[in-house]
Amino acid sequence: MTTTTAPPADVAERRPPRTRTLARGLPMVPAVVLLLVFMAGPVVYSVYLAFTNEALRGEGAAVTSLVGLDNFATALADPAFWNSVLLTLVFTLISAVIGQNLLGMALALLMRQSTKVVRAVTGAVVIAAWILPEVVAGYLWVTFLAEEGSLNTLLTAIGLPAQDWLVSVPIWAVAFANIWRGTAFTMLIYTAALAGISPEIRESAEMDGAGPVRRFTTITLPLLRQSIATNLMLITLQTLSVFGLIWIMTAGGPADASQTLPLYMYEQAFSYGQLGYGTAIALMLLLIGALASLAYLRLLPKEDKQ
Amino acid sequence: MAGRRRSPGLSRRSLIRAVGGTLVAVPWLAACGSAPDPNTVRIQYQQFGSGTVMRDHLLRVVQQLSSQRPDITIELVPLVAAEADYFTKNELMMSSPNVTPDLVYEDTFILKSDVAAGYLRPIDELVRGWPVWEELTAPSQQAVTYTDGKVYAVPTHTDTRALWYHTGVFEAAGIEQPWQPGSWEDLLAAARQIKERVPDVVPLNIFSGEPQGEKASMQGFEMLLYGTQTTLFDEASQKWVVGGQGFVDALQLIQTVYTEGLAPSLGDALNPNIGDTIYNSWLPEGQLGINLDGSWISQNWGAGAAGEWPEWWPTLQLATMPTQTGAPNPWAPGEVDFVTLAGGWSWAFPALSTKTDLAWEVLQQMMTTENALSMALADNQVTIRADVRAEPDYQGYSPTIDFFTDLGESAIYRPAVAAYPEVSARIQAAMGQVMTGGTPPEEAAAEYDAAVTDLVGPDQVVEASA
Repeated sequence: MTTTTAPPADVAERRPPRTRTLARGLPMVPAVVLLLVFMAGPVVYSVYLAFTNEALRGEGAAVTSLVGLDNFATALADPAFWNSVLLTLVFTLISAVIGQNLLGMALALLMRQSTKVVRAVTGAVVIAAWILPEVVAGYLWVTFLAEEGSLNTLLTAIGLPAQDWLVSVPIWAVAFANIWRGTAFTMLIYTAALAGISPEIRESAEMDGAGPVRRFTTITLPLLRQSIATNLMLITLQTLSVFGLIWIMTAGGPADASQTLPLYMYEQAFSYGQLGYGTAIALMLLLIGALASLAYLRLLPKEDKQ
Repeated sequence: MAGRRRSPGLSRRSLIRAVGGTLVAVPWLAACGSAPDPNTVRIQYQQFGSGTVMRDHLLRVVQQLSSQRPDITIELVPLVAAEADYFTKNELMMSSPNVTPDLVYEDTFILKSDVAAGYLRPIDELVRGWPVWEELTAPSQQAVTYTDGKVYAVPTHTDTRALWYHTGVFEAAGIEQPWQPGSWEDLLAAARQIKERVPDVVPLNIFSGEPQGEKASMQGFEMLLYGTQTTLFDEASQKWVVGGQGFVDALQLIQTVYTEGLAPSLGDALNPNIGDTIYNSWLPEGQLGINLDGSWISQNWGAGAAGEWPEWWPTLQLATMPTQTGAPNPWAPGEVDFVTLAGGWSWAFPALSTKTDLAWEVLQQMMTTENALSMALADNQVTIRADVRAEPDYQGYSPTIDFFTDLGESAIYRPAVAAYPEVSARIQAAMGQVMTGGTPPEEAAAEYDAAVTDLVGPDQVVEASA
């Protein structure tokens, strides 16, 4: 296609070029219409909703009016909103940036060294956790961490005191459950990235006398930089919007000790029926995600940005 | 490439157009395909877990109707959902003409709010001259009448609340029976005695926190608040009360029972399904001493119920919920020293439904004396109908029915205004905050005051008089 010749003269004569370009675009129309109706439509509508007082019940539901930036002002002045922002950041930091990222990397490195059998078994187990439906994973963790759950049974068996983990350290409990569930994703990304590092580089480094730690920090890490950034961005965005797992495990409680932004949004929109306000929260969650993505992009050196 | 472009060009282009056209057309056609059948009446109700009382009742009505009106099809739409989720789902469905039910079962507490939202239609013309309407008690008619003076639903029954206690647990704890606490202190004393003497048992359950939804507000908090000198809503000025000492005291009691270990563990208390646990295991197995709950709960143990428990009476006994100090209740009709709240359910007609006439026919059949009676017996209802109450089968149909029907005369009703459900959600949030012990009751009450003021507007609240 790059070596184009001039278009055949008869075609150029028959139609002016502009019409032809339009006609060529015609096959795109169905796809564009579908995208507009099912993707852009709801997005635009939800942006509009965020500036209204749309409600599900009560007087606000009968008449909807534009309220400007009121919803955002209310949120920024509400301590419960800031509590949720903080919890969301803590949850994302513990669960995605630290837990899932490091554990996924460790698993990927270890699996590269291990035998085929170990690799197959570990991979199967880790990925099983990932493909479990969120609700099932949530219930598994509830039975594990509940007051009379397996963890407490184990602890008391070795003489340690039991505690109700979902009540005493709820945000840690949901963060660990999310690490358990999400590690497979990171592991898969890193396994693929590690496989892309050519063995010659490693061998030559070995010959030059570099130990495993040195090889990791000066060869593996720099070569994985791009995968790490991609992985961090993906899991951060995924973790920011985790709802089902937390909803099943603690429903944001006790009080609001594990109420991350998605749960706060749900409570406002569906428990309190304030759809407009809930949508405004959703937009702010989107903004946090966008800021996080920008931050990761900044971390990458220029030549890696594609 | 350039040479090949021409000859197949036209035919390929038209092929692509045809495919594209189909892709656009399919969703349109699908959207047109679901026109609702004009003879199908959709009846929506809440199904409590595996409970089938309402389904059986409706199926009986369907059967009766099928001989008279073979042309009507009735579609039952049970929503199996926790309490708050049921209302939300209902509202979402009533707000769309494609999925709206034609007849919907509504708790009267949410009715006003849904009327204000424009989801329901007035039915004055239908109930006028309908004999059943004349059989209803005045408060129940009031409960379905909006501030515009119009009737929006047909009430079915009411319910009242009291303390259920387990005689086996009380015996083990050495508490004298029959038991009747005279104040909150007496109630706490009994709970503490149970905790001390029968440590494996949960002494007292008061539903609390957001996961319990309206149960927490009504069976829990309001049963306490209306026993103090503070009320929730000032009827005279039609404003919400803030800054009341009684509100703080009620939260304090919640905090005391939950932090002293007199109540279910937080893990259990915040589980939305604690109700099932209580009715199907704790009470039958004697794992719970006192339960502050509604008149209907014995429906869980009747013949044919999933958790059949023939010995529930006299194993469980009843006591009224005392006021804070045992002083006469300032909010209840009549001179009484106890608190009971009355709620109720009703059948309402969504505004977007086009088949209100058919739904009305179904409802009339549902509400015949005979059907209302059998539903009352099956569902352990406190009736609001003179004709049902006059039936010999109703009188004493359950060992508890006379107790709860009598309570009805001194019952307090929740504020019948549109904002109530949203205020109720704020009450549940305040309860949740104090349960963990992390927030002092004063602080939670102040947050509630601020939230309610924000919700209804500063001109709709009034400071509690000292």
